[in-house]
Amino acid sequence: MEFFLEVLTGGLLAGLMYSLVAIGFVLIYKASGVFNFAQGSMVLFSALTFVSLLERGVPFWVSFAVTLLTMIALAWAIERVVLRPLVNRPPITLFMATLGLSYIIEGVAQAMWGAQVHGLELGISDAPLEIGGMLLSQFDLFSAATAGILVLFLSLLFNKTRIGISLRAVADDQLAALAVGIKLQRIWMIVWAVAGFVGLVAGLLWGARLGVQFSLSLVVLKALPVLIIGGFTSIGGAIVGGLIIGASEKLAEVYLGPIIGGGIENWFPYVLALLFLLVRPAGIFGERAIERV
Amino acid sequence: MSAIANPYAESVELLRVDDIEVIYDSAVLAVSGVSLTVPKGAIIALLGANGAGKSTTLKAISGLVRADRAEVSSGSIHFQGQMSTHTPPHVLVQQGIVHVLEGRHVFAHLTVEENLRSGGFVRRPSRQSLQAGLERIYTWFPRLKEKRKVQAGYTSGGEQQMVAIGRALMTNPSMVLLDEPSMGLAPLIVQEIFEIVSQLNEKEGVSFLLAEQNIPVALKHAHYGYVLETGKIVLSGTAQELLQNTALQDAYLGKKQ
Repeated sequence: MEFFLEVLTGGLLAGLMYSLVAIGFVLIYKASGVFNFAQGSMVLFSALTFVSLLERGVPFWVSFAVTLLTMIALAWAIERVVLRPLVNRPPITLFMATLGLSYIIEGVAQAMWGAQVHGLELGISDAPLEIGGMLLSQFDLFSAATAGILVLFLSLLFNKTRIGISLRAVADDQLAALAVGIKLQRIWMIVWAVAGFVGLVAGLLWGARLGVQFSLSLVVLKALPVLIIGGFTSIGGAIVGGLIIGASEKLAEVYLGPIIGGGIENWFPYVLALLFLLVRPAGIFGERAIERV
Repeated sequence: MSAIANPYAESVELLRVDDIEVIYDSAVLAVSGVSLTVPKGAIIALLGANGAGKSTTLKAISGLVRADRAEVSSGSIHFQGQMSTHTPPHVLVQQGIVHVLEGRHVFAHLTVEENLRSGGFVRRPSRQSLQAGLERIYTWFPRLKEKRKVQAGYTSGGEQQMVAIGRALMTNPSMVLLDEPSMGLAPLIVQEIFEIVSQLNEKEGVSFLLAEQNIPVALKHAHYGYVLETGKIVLSGTAQELLQNTALQDAYLGKKQ
């Protein structure tokens, strides 16, 4: 039983790491109805920028601030160059644009900082901590707490502030948002900047875990099943989806693995996501389309 | 008060549209040679069949044509004496023009109250004045107060129209562009909504430019009307004149044999 709990908790904590990446998708999807294919590149870009600054002797917090400013500048540029000319086009057009964008961002990131692997040390020990008889990674606990704070911050932003209501209004109906004087451009810039910030947080934590390298942009693949299960439009859903994915893949690995040969962890989340698609296509917390006849 | 009761007494010009032409995708001519004026405190009807160019004309005035990949290619629009042909929509809203879109376009996943609030942001009001604005809308549309916590997408068509109008009023407009308020609504609800429009006009001096296919209802509440046909103004006159005009009757209510 103790072993089960330990696997479960470890899985839940690891799942929150997926949630961190998934939240970035949710933000942009909520505000523009677009699946932002470039989110993974933004994770890579921010981590690479941060670590490169750090390696050049820039202090931690200064690097963080500079990277954050870079992400905001990136958001501004994306809004200007990509989104503004595409106002009111179908979502698939914007999706294709983000597809192209992801290659550009990856290319720029590597042209600026090179393609070698960087180690990233955040100063958080990965040594296990004994809590209630379970051995838990300090690093995982730290990421979980970060995810928690991020979610709290974002749900306050979305539900309690004028910017948040405007963001959701734009997500629902761009033309109507324009008609009541909401500045679409400003909203998009804000949302991409916030997604950039989330990408930075995810990039730092994932970078510290895996090393900062090209394949970092592939962590988004694990975010996909999280989004399908939690729903594309809910930040809370991204958290719950992450917890479900994390816990189930670890439990499956430990308990099902030996029976069918191991290595389940890598594909189990996708099978789970497929099952969810059959039963509940909008995800657990996803907004179902409201259609009245 | 008399200026509002009789808008033509002083006839201060609020909006003037001069011979505009609107082209979609640099290829399709939607409207050409449309001129009209809205005096301060008036209700003006823009009548015509489907595809006549009513919505395009309204979008040209509110600046929303650009979001539809169209542009005003010639002619000019003046609001409160200032050239506004190429002014961005949010600036126009700040200046007092607000557009209630055809088909209502409520923010379906936002609550009724959030919808209303969203209209208030453009003026950057204090918390109290935003709240006061909300209370004002609830006085006009008491039904919305009961539904304030409901997602707007789940309210009835009439309620959605009220949300759309209320949200527009939250911007504190001097002129409302109202596109097909009667669309898809039961006659009783249509009447209720037009009554409120008339009252808003009389009591608060809000001017309206309303596009309608429902000519009898529109002319019952409007002071003056323009008739659009395939992108051109073909007829204009006071509501009384238009009601008696046989050409209008023929064109839209069916020819008497």
